[in-house]
Amino acid sequence: MTMIGWLQIILFCVIIVALTKPLGWYMTRVFNGERTFLSPVLRPIEAGIYWISGVDERREQHWLTYTVAMLLFHVGGFLVIYGVMRLQAVLPFNPAGQSAVAQDLSFNTAISFITNTNWQNYGGESTLSYLVQMLGLTHQNFLSAATGIALAMALIRGFSRASVRTVGNFWVDVTRCTLYVLLPICVVYTLFLVWQGIPQTLGDYVEATTLEGAKQTIAVGPVASQVAIKMLGTNGGGFFNANAAHPFENPTALSNFVQMLSIFALGAALTNVFGRMVGNQRQGWAILAVMGVLFVAGVAVTYWAEANGTSTMHALGLTGGNMEGKEVRFGLVASSLFAVITTAASCGAVNAMHDSFTALGGMIPLINMQLGEIIVGGVGAGLYGMLLFVVLAIFVAGLMVGRTPEYVGKKIEAREVKMAMLAILVLPLMYLGWTAVGVVYPAAVASMANAGPHGFTEVLYAFTSATGNNGSAFAGLTGNTLFYNLTLASAMFVGRFFMIVPAMAIAGSLAAKKSIPPSAGTFPTTGGLFVGLVVGVILIIGGLTFFPALALGPIVEHLAMNAGQVF
Amino acid sequence: MLREIRPAIVLLLVLTAITGLAYPLAMTGIAGMLFPAQAQGSLIEKDGKVIGSALIGQEFKDDKYFHGRPSATLAPDPNDSTKTVSAPYNAANSGGSNLGPTSKALADRLKEDVDKLKAENPNAAVPVDLVTTSASGLDPDISPEAAQFQVPRVAKARNMPEEAVKQLVASNVQGRLLGLLGEPRVNVLALNLALDRAAAK
Repeated sequence: MTMIGWLQIILFCVIIVALTKPLGWYMTRVFNGERTFLSPVLRPIEAGIYWISGVDERREQHWLTYTVAMLLFHVGGFLVIYGVMRLQAVLPFNPAGQSAVAQDLSFNTAISFITNTNWQNYGGESTLSYLVQMLGLTHQNFLSAATGIALAMALIRGFSRASVRTVGNFWVDVTRCTLYVLLPICVVYTLFLVWQGIPQTLGDYVEATTLEGAKQTIAVGPVASQVAIKMLGTNGGGFFNANAAHPFENPTALSNFVQMLSIFALGAALTNVFGRMVGNQRQGWAILAVMGVLFVAGVAVTYWAEANGTSTMHALGLTGGNMEGKEVRFGLVASSLFAVITTAASCGAVNAMHDSFTALGGMIPLINMQLGEIIVGGVGAGLYGMLLFVVLAIFVAGLMVGRTPEYVGKKIEAREVKMAMLAILVLPLMYLGWTAVGVVYPAAVASMANAGPHGFTEVLYAFTSATGNNGSAFAGLTGNTLFYNLTLASAMFVGRFFMIVPAMAIAGSLAAKKSIPPSAGTFPTTGGLFVGLVVGVILIIGGLTFFPALALGPIVEHLAMNAGQVF
Repeated sequence: MLREIRPAIVLLLVLTAITGLAYPLAMTGIAGMLFPAQAQGSLIEKDGKVIGSALIGQEFKDDKYFHGRPSATLAPDPNDSTKTVSAPYNAANSGGSNLGPTSKALADRLKEDVDKLKAENPNAAVPVDLVTTSASGLDPDISPEAAQFQVPRVAKARNMPEEAVKQLVASNVQGRLLGLLGEPRVNVLALNLALDRAAAK
């Protein structure tokens, strides 16, 4: 670890905190339907979209209607992706002549993109046409991100409103998010990325003759426009197989730094939106503080572990840390930082191969996902995930003093706690259950790339990533098999929607409640005690659930590595 | 609930057209006008022929060139399409080795490569990036130490004074952005092109 490494980490944190307030202010205006500086251009387009699709923007929806609208929207999104993948051979923008994608891989990818997971069982440049990248993947990068933010807005309204039956209008929230937040940022962002060196072309793959006379086919494409939204929307599905490690997806130290910022920017800003809407920005800062504590702890462990290197390397006299699976332009610190960010948020883009990380360095990304990706988290999903933990923490605090717990003026009662528990328990059921199947079912065992405990970690990581809708991988695992295409799709589906529906039920039930003014007995939820309590609840629930599995994977591997054992 | 069906279809199609077609196509047009070289892939031409991209590494085996990092990229086996074979720096199929810290295959590979490099230059410590594969398999860079390590071999193969090659390396080192972001590095293709130019003089 070096001073200059830590300075990069500190600079990252400072900029994220600095962006939170202005972005939060802007997004609050957007979702309250107020005028913004973009309204003169975008308002007519917005009104036109409502008119043509028959949306009455003043009519709000009950939480159940809101949820059904969201589900219908996803059915359509699924069909679009599945359709263009199956038909890509006969559709335009296919200069590399890619053939139709197989049924199970198309199914997996379609589920993957509508759930904001973007798990890559597909090979990018070796499997997909430009049309699929644009119409299939780029479009769903926008819409699944907009959906996540819309759902978070509905839950925030549950807390901020009193005695009403509605939580907003799903169609309006999705449209506003896409038009006013995601698209304008992406337009500027894309141009920045092209300036840094990311290709944006519809031309053929380039045939080069190298300096030594060999042939090299260089895959290009409309990359920058997809990379911009894949980061901003915490989607993470790469244009290329190697994702953000590919020099065409992440060419420079600056592009890397801005990509890391863009993964966290909207998720962090949503904590501020929450604070503004419940009438006290300090409520938002308290939540961001919980995220910050967990984040910095994770970065420290991964950076330390990667800088330490492996005992195999030490034995050969190699110093300079674990560079297997890392790019020189990013080095140890930017690779470690990126790995923690991408798993803390539910992004899943990678700029280094997590499979080649040290045992402990790779365990932190795994833990980040197992905690439910609430450390900033996916856009929207991170906030509603974190609010579920807050509900539990408040419940625990209420039990300690024997009072009905309250949070931002709402009584937290049996229904909310039950729903929060349901959402939180579904995740381990998926990733632990499927991992158990994955390590005994012969066809699945054959997919492991590494032997010993590392192979187990590959399987655990895959199902954790899918359930958490992250999409990063221990990529040695051969995922494009019938078993993994179907089981991972089921994990992604359950991980997304079985969390959303209980969260929306809480939104509906909270919105209907009266708002009660704080009294002398109200537990203050803006101070250090509250932050400590929430961090504690997250670590206890998380630790109890997944420690046994971690002990079988990364922990035992770390001990084996120190004993000089290889598999 | 039925009134939600129409927006589910129409709104989806409209937003798909905006974000999936209008946005990427418009960006392709604008980017092509503002940054034509980058938008095409930062290609380098020599005598009218494309010799590669400034951002994509390529394989160097000849002693008179600086070598890049080992690459783990694969290509379909020409004899059996269900299998893959090693194809370093395959820029149409990026990827890493994905070998873990306790992998015997990785330990063996590292030992073999370290021994080879020690034989080539016994006077310097082997730089770690010269024996580890990159994440993309297309890393265009090596560390300044990895370039300096190869100076004796290159100088000998070209009959150039070591000092001259060393200076060429030093002038091709890219530092951290603003002294802070990223890592110091040397673009292997750019260095080798500079080497060819220097030799031609």
